[in-house]
Amino acid sequence: MADAGEPEGPERKDDIVKAKQEGKELTKEEKQRLRKEKKQQKKSKEKKDDKPSRDSEKEKKPASAASPAPQTPTQPPAQKAPSAAPAPVPVPASETPSAADKPAKSKAELKAERRARQEAERASKGKKGDVGPQAAPGKPKAPPSELQPVVKRLPEHVQVDNPEVLKKLAKKLERQQTPEYNAATKIPLRSDYGYKVSLFSHLHQYSRKAPLTQQLGIPSTVIHPAIVRLGLQYSQGIVAGSNARSVALLHAFKQVIRDYTTPPNEELSRDLVNRLKPYISFLNQCRPLSASMGNAIKYIKKEISNIPSQCKEEEAKRKLLNCIDCYINEKIVLAAKAIAKYSIEKISDGDVILVYGCSSLVNHILCEAFEKNRKFRVIVVDSRPRLEGREALRRLVQKGINCTYVLISAVSYILPEVSKVFLGAHALLANGYVMSRVGTSQIALVAKAFNVPVLVCCETYKFCERVQTDSFVSNELDDPDDLIVTRTGTTQLEHWQEVPSLGLLNLVYDVTPPDFVDLVITDLGMIPCTSVPVVLRVKNVDQ
Amino acid sequence: MMEPKYQNLVEYFRAQMRKDPDMASAVAAIRTLLEFLKRDKGETILGLRESLKWATDCLTGEDSSVAVSSGGELFLRFISLTSLEHQDLSRCKKVMEERGELFLEKISMSRTKVAKLCHTFIKDGAKILTHSYSRVVLRVLEKAAAEKKRFSVYVTESQPDSAGRQMAEALRKLNVPVTVVLDAAVGYVLEKVDLVIVGAEGVVESGGIINKIGTYQMAVCSKAHNKPFYVVAESFKFVRLYPLNQQDVPDKFKYKADTLKTVQNLSEEHPMIDYTPPSLITLLFTDLGVLTPSAVSDELIKLYL
Repeated sequence: MADAGEPEGPERKDDIVKAKQEGKELTKEEKQRLRKEKKQQKKSKEKKDDKPSRDSEKEKKPASAASPAPQTPTQPPAQKAPSAAPAPVPVPASETPSAADKPAKSKAELKAERRARQEAERASKGKKGDVGPQAAPGKPKAPPSELQPVVKRLPEHVQVDNPEVLKKLAKKLERQQTPEYNAATKIPLRSDYGYKVSLFSHLHQYSRKAPLTQQLGIPSTVIHPAIVRLGLQYSQGIVAGSNARSVALLHAFKQVIRDYTTPPNEELSRDLVNRLKPYISFLNQCRPLSASMGNAIKYIKKEISNIPSQCKEEEAKRKLLNCIDCYINEKIVLAAKAIAKYSIEKISDGDVILVYGCSSLVNHILCEAFEKNRKFRVIVVDSRPRLEGREALRRLVQKGINCTYVLISAVSYILPEVSKVFLGAHALLANGYVMSRVGTSQIALVAKAFNVPVLVCCETYKFCERVQTDSFVSNELDDPDDLIVTRTGTTQLEHWQEVPSLGLLNLVYDVTPPDFVDLVITDLGMIPCTSVPVVLRVKNVDQ
Repeated sequence: MMEPKYQNLVEYFRAQMRKDPDMASAVAAIRTLLEFLKRDKGETILGLRESLKWATDCLTGEDSSVAVSSGGELFLRFISLTSLEHQDLSRCKKVMEERGELFLEKISMSRTKVAKLCHTFIKDGAKILTHSYSRVVLRVLEKAAAEKKRFSVYVTESQPDSAGRQMAEALRKLNVPVTVVLDAAVGYVLEKVDLVIVGAEGVVESGGIINKIGTYQMAVCSKAHNKPFYVVAESFKFVRLYPLNQQDVPDKFKYKADTLKTVQNLSEEHPMIDYTPPSLITLLFTDLGVLTPSAVSDELIKLYL
């Protein structure tokens, strides 16, 4: 909804007047719009100086309106400058110093310029007609009913090969700095690395040798140091695993809240949310956010905006820290205990259990079952290049569990011995598909062919409303250089970038269809894979 | 322990079963529990719940079908779902008794509801295959015959108790042409039939069913022949089990109650029930409506959570 979805100033004022006259209850929206207006006016004052680029803007605007408008993850209250106003990306750094040198224009001239721009925009909008679901649901103005096909909006992180989207992302990162700071402390845009396989060219591919933190100035005044450290830990793979990443994120946010002071004339509930936005963009650049992290962030934002305005700062901070602790305790720690309780019923003596990779939850379950004196043995399946199974193997053997270790290529060989398969999940999608480490769907498929029951263990906070039927549309590409070194240490692929027809693909996730999964164990109980939307519905009703 | 109480309970249950042989064992169990509630002299709500649980266990010991245990649990849930805010215990008990009567009324109508839903799926000239003796399936076929539909039925003999023959007798009384086939002849006869209808002793969380041994076989064969496999069951048969395969069904349901008490080595005994996974079932007809196997979990969440 970033693209010209905003009715311009004078129109909006009419709407508000109309609403007041009609006596409609639009106070919240009015406030939002007035706030937006204020921000836009501020911004348009800043960007008065890019007159030469304005014409190119107008040309670009219809072109970008035609392409599917990206959905910026940050929502309306913060910023929706009309696309005619913001500066073009290609020369952001060089422009702003030069802009500061230009003399300020007189007020009348600025007004005339603004009016001319708005007219031009309105003309181009009228030509284009209804650009899909642009009109936000709350606005009283109905979109013109032309027979344009509804444009589906894709998230920006799966449109990496669309240069318009990249420009918008860079613009967004610029905008997220608070106005007092200059361009040197803005959030950098991380660039892609290496040749991408064409089927996945719509995704980001970063190199671990170029972490985002190298491009940040010292001291970075925009991003809190705890968040910088977290971002580095994510991008280097030091903190990995869905639960670990969410817990680390929540702890970093706790530190941010502790160090936060409300600026004068601002409300904690609004300002803190705005503070968090650049942090989240930064973390997203370091490593794409997982579904569990997304849900945690949504929860925190909700809690922050629910703080009553008369609440004192100390008390508000204490409340928020308490909320976060509760969330971690309930959704992760206690959920693991509940899931272990249900899973132990399904583990009988003499079982041979197959696990893949390193899932903190599955390891916890097996350790608990072993402590309750169940007699079973475990087969750990591992795969390159992460070799996470070794970590799982280490933890299980330490407890004294009888383990076997194989690589994923041997899975069809050992499956006849196996009685059950336990898998962890990164997220559970609304159509019942399980998103997990790459290789999981392969194991589920082979297990199904051998009629071995497949059990997925997942906490409810990892359930997400997205729908996906294949692993291409939305995924994560890891550093391709990880594939260069083999087990024996040979590096035959070291000069892969020089071979023009060679691409290295290091996928991180894949999706497993619900027909391959027999049972999902959650903290609410044992449900079939097709009942995930029921749980989502029940959860939404609770909230 | 409480021997006379136990005796009374079991005798009342048996009397109920004898009085109306057409009634489901679960309904008899619920009647018994209601009577037990009325006669109970407990002083606290918690004590009442404990004694009701004990009574359900006794009845499961008497008749080990899945339906008795699920019916008992549902009864307990249904009556205690009300907010029991009354201070007076006797008033609470009255409320519970009223709700118990309501529950009983609802479930005695359930077979009629199921029959009304299912008979439309039986077309004129259809050939139906069914398994063993099921009163619900009988009711459905009665309704279809009353609607002047012409159909013929194949019934499996269903060893070891030859319950299929009982079903054949009942169908002959309705003037429906019926053939008894061997259990081993299911694959042979499936090419002639149009649809398969079976009852269920229990419907599990995954949407699968627990029924007389031989049902799983029939389901696999009908899948291979692409014939629809319909299950008719009342809603009090929904149970909170989730078996992964045949071995995962608890022993207390697999064998008859007396077998469990007397026999030492269960591996020599033959199980009386098997589990049919939801992937082999086309539709389930219940008094809550016509459900697909994946919707069963939805209903269970509504009933139990």
